[in-house]
Amino acid sequence: MSSKSKSVMIIGAGIAGIQASLDLAEMGIKVHLIEGTSSIGGRMPQLDKTFPTNDCSMCILAPKMSECARHPNIQIHIKTKVESVAGDPGNFIAEIIEEAKYVDAVKCVACGLCEEKCPVKVDDEFDVQLRKRGAISRYFLQSIPSEYTIDKEKCLCLTKGVCRLCEKVCPAEAINFDDKDKRIKLQVGAVIVATGIDAFDPIGFGHFGYKRFKNVVTSLEFERMLSASGPFGGHVVRASDNKEPKSIAFIQCVGSRDESIDRNYCSSACCMFAIKQAIIAKEHMKGLKPALFYMDIRAFGKDFDKYYEQAKGKYGVDFIKSKVSNISETDKGNLKLRYVLENGDIQFKEFDMVILSIGLEPRKNIRELAEKLDIKLNEYGFCRSDAFTPLKTNREGIFVCGASNGPKDIPESVVSASGAVAEATKYLKLERQELQEKKVVEKDVFGERPRVGVFVCHCGINIAGVVDVKDVAENAKNIANVEHSEDLMYACSQDCMNTIKERIEEHNLNRIVVAACTPRTHEPLFRETITEAGLNPYLFEMANIRDQCSWAHMNEPELATEKSKDLVSMGVAKARDLMPLKRLPIDINPKSLVIGGGLAGMTAAQSLAVAGYEVFLIEREKELGGNLQNIYFNFGKDPQKLLRDMIEEISKNKLIHIYKNSEIKKIDGYVGNFTTTFANKGTGKEKQFEHGVVIIATGAEEHKTEEYLYGKSHRIVTLVEFEEMLYEKKFPGRKPKNVVMIQCVGSREEGKMYCSRVCCTKAVKNALELKKIVPKANIYIVNRDVRTYGFREKYYTELRDKGTMFVNYEPENKPQVKFVDESDPDSKINITVFDPIMDKEVVVTADLLVLSVAIDARKENIELGKMLKVPLNEDGMFMEAHVKLRPVDFANDGVFVAGLAHNPKDMDESIMQAKAAASRALTFITKKAILAEGTITEVNEDRCSGCGYCEIICAYKAIEVDKEKEVAVVNEALCKGCGACVASCRCGALDLRGFSNEQLFDSFEALDLVDVLGK
Amino acid sequence: MKKEFSPKIISFLCKWCSYTGADLAGINRLQYPIAILPIKVMCSSRIDPVFLIKSYLRGADGVLVGG
Repeated sequence: MSSKSKSVMIIGAGIAGIQASLDLAEMGIKVHLIEGTSSIGGRMPQLDKTFPTNDCSMCILAPKMSECARHPNIQIHIKTKVESVAGDPGNFIAEIIEEAKYVDAVKCVACGLCEEKCPVKVDDEFDVQLRKRGAISRYFLQSIPSEYTIDKEKCLCLTKGVCRLCEKVCPAEAINFDDKDKRIKLQVGAVIVATGIDAFDPIGFGHFGYKRFKNVVTSLEFERMLSASGPFGGHVVRASDNKEPKSIAFIQCVGSRDESIDRNYCSSACCMFAIKQAIIAKEHMKGLKPALFYMDIRAFGKDFDKYYEQAKGKYGVDFIKSKVSNISETDKGNLKLRYVLENGDIQFKEFDMVILSIGLEPRKNIRELAEKLDIKLNEYGFCRSDAFTPLKTNREGIFVCGASNGPKDIPESVVSASGAVAEATKYLKLERQELQEKKVVEKDVFGERPRVGVFVCHCGINIAGVVDVKDVAENAKNIANVEHSEDLMYACSQDCMNTIKERIEEHNLNRIVVAACTPRTHEPLFRETITEAGLNPYLFEMANIRDQCSWAHMNEPELATEKSKDLVSMGVAKARDLMPLKRLPIDINPKSLVIGGGLAGMTAAQSLAVAGYEVFLIEREKELGGNLQNIYFNFGKDPQKLLRDMIEEISKNKLIHIYKNSEIKKIDGYVGNFTTTFANKGTGKEKQFEHGVVIIATGAEEHKTEEYLYGKSHRIVTLVEFEEMLYEKKFPGRKPKNVVMIQCVGSREEGKMYCSRVCCTKAVKNALELKKIVPKANIYIVNRDVRTYGFREKYYTELRDKGTMFVNYEPENKPQVKFVDESDPDSKINITVFDPIMDKEVVVTADLLVLSVAIDARKENIELGKMLKVPLNEDGMFMEAHVKLRPVDFANDGVFVAGLAHNPKDMDESIMQAKAAASRALTFITKKAILAEGTITEVNEDRCSGCGYCEIICAYKAIEVDKEKEVAVVNEALCKGCGACVASCRCGALDLRGFSNEQLFDSFEALDLVDVLGK
Repeated sequence: MKKEFSPKIISFLCKWCSYTGADLAGINRLQYPIAILPIKVMCSSRIDPVFLIKSYLRGADGVLVGG
């Protein structure tokens, strides 16, 4: 057994790197997060919105970024690169170089004065050259860390020894031109590569006129244009005349699916990306006419097809299946597209603007990094990994996630990141963590009258430059119960926090109000400070006088000062009512339950056991394997061997208890404390066990169809049946010479508007297998779009090169299937389909008709969902907590999902998701206990009538009516403190601790409203 | 002295979205009328109609619920 370590190095701090860091940090592992730019965040902050929910990208990412910055186990190294990794797994020595930043991170308050004054203006990389930045800058507005850094290549002082303006204007004296690069050695157990992707540069594509024609932009540039925090404030205008475009054309696959430039892969995300941009652009500009030129629309992810249909219907986006061959510019700056339709017709159309949907490609510096890490790249220059070990590189102990090893969208990146963490745990010491003990004994303030201390922060000139801080502090002294008030230069600096602690002691303060930046970033810090002085952390209130006052009212200093006084009064009024709150510890049982013994369930169980944790694996059928039992081919890999190896491995592992032919009867409890009852289907004998977490891996099933005469002839089979035939080499009659495959049977239609994701690739795979057996076979694949996303594209190309015909059909005009001899179901089959290339109806007589039937959700999901209090989507698949950033979690803690139960997916994707679920589960079970929220609902039993309205309202199933006592009871472990139940309570029996009615009323009662009105 | 009328709008902002949005407006230095007086809540579903009535009774010129 190799040695194990307590730390890890993660290279790249995009969403994948961030997710991996957070998972490991929560398991008690020390993380070194290496980032080349000056902020964590990666690609996501550049995006305006995310598909298919149109969530604001930055809004969903920001909480994860700040969590990363705050976590005591995560050390962020910005402007850093990896030099070498020596040693063995479990005991690597990594050498990194941290570039000089020339700004003292502790002193910098990110006020931005330096950049304002910096005389150097260079193209901003974050805004893809659409904006200028100074030589001293931060990567983007919400950068983390928030400090500015100096670009040594561009700085006048560092290049020519002149200027030093930033040093003069910095109010915090944070500039340090003597800063040096640092070479650091890290001892780590494993390395995770999460370096992400670059965007294809279309400059070489002369026929699209990029950089020649002003109104041709890339999709990334367009994204920045759409972004409210982008260079144009979200107002899209043409570069040529500053006018809003009336029509926009999106050109797909620029730099993807193109063998001529060595990119025989699909970038996977651009179809959805373009659809999203078309929708958002249409929302920005009501009369806009967007058109999308494409080869296939690859909307293969969860709920993507619904989004695509919405774009076609509700938003009127024109989808044109064609190849754009040329673009020319008119004298008005418009762009004339020449494109070829499927039937060969050449057409022309003019647009105001053209967006090139550029593909994803490997990082420019990936080759250099690969050499340093001694890992191999694949034929496209991405990190190499294998279909059955999709997170491993060729070097043991170095793992890969995110888009570094192939195009991925955000949720896939998050899944792979958590998955890579599960792989890494093999080389890490995971010890069960105790709840952190309090260092200082808490003062009992119960019964004391409120003695409020007010601290008003200057934040350099950020607040004090607008608001008269001294006046605000002075004014606070007149507020009832304020014992002490003063102004501080930087309340968050170490010396000022010491001052706050001293004042608490000196004046015996028992409530603290800090008027400063925002609680969003600084509340945790101040709460910690007052805890160190012996106060309960909930005896703290913050008045937001920077982000929501001085910065928002920069031109009205007097009014801003008055508003700050109001905000402080409101803060004091609320603080007066604050009570100490307890966060109850919830014990966590370290055992896990995995429901379903298919590929995902077995992988999840195996990952948990490798990390050293006990697992109960329950399978309904008599044998393990699930749908994997029906998969025989995987482009040269043997799925049946994978199945055998896996069963052997998990059967041998003593930490895994396997119960086959068993059914779950009941699941009670909540995170850390579940009790499950299950029964053997044969004997009916019931058994019960306790566990801390649950992973749902119940899989899915093949759609039962009656379409296309299925079931009437042995010549008409499903894709799964066909695969078995190929494996057994047994066909109905002689070896088939003419085979037709019909795609999307039971998918992508009214009532089932989702893509089953794997069938296109499976059809291609099986067609290639048939070609091995019958090289002269004529194969016709009748499809809606060929969705061989990612690296699967090359098999599609290969099959086309072998002469397979791909015929496109529309759902309104489905292929017609008839027996050649209508009286004889054994006869061959005539398939009639309209061929858009030939522009006429064609009839193919087939020996065999293969139907690519949909993947359906299991009916049993409904019952299981109820037991675990987790939701399903309209297609009956389990619905995760957040489609982008929490793809294996539920809103309900301690329950996770993996594999087909979540959505149709390929084997490698099921493996990754199963590992991700295991990893997310480990973030709970590596802890002996977790703390429940302090801000939770409390019930006044005397007032409660037990009506149960709160029970219906609660999204977390955290409140229930006790049937005997007839009053509502809050489950403190589940309550998230939203307060929805409080607002719904008709008896006034509920209240929210920390945000009580009294506290909120008093907040605005404190306002001197009548006076302001001049009455 | 007669002051110019300056309305006060009590704004209940959800901690997770609109309160963060108001912060972002500040970070972007987007200027808006002084009238907005933010009160942070854990979720806009916390808002009881009584909050609105009480705000008006207290003399607020408007109430904004952001969530």
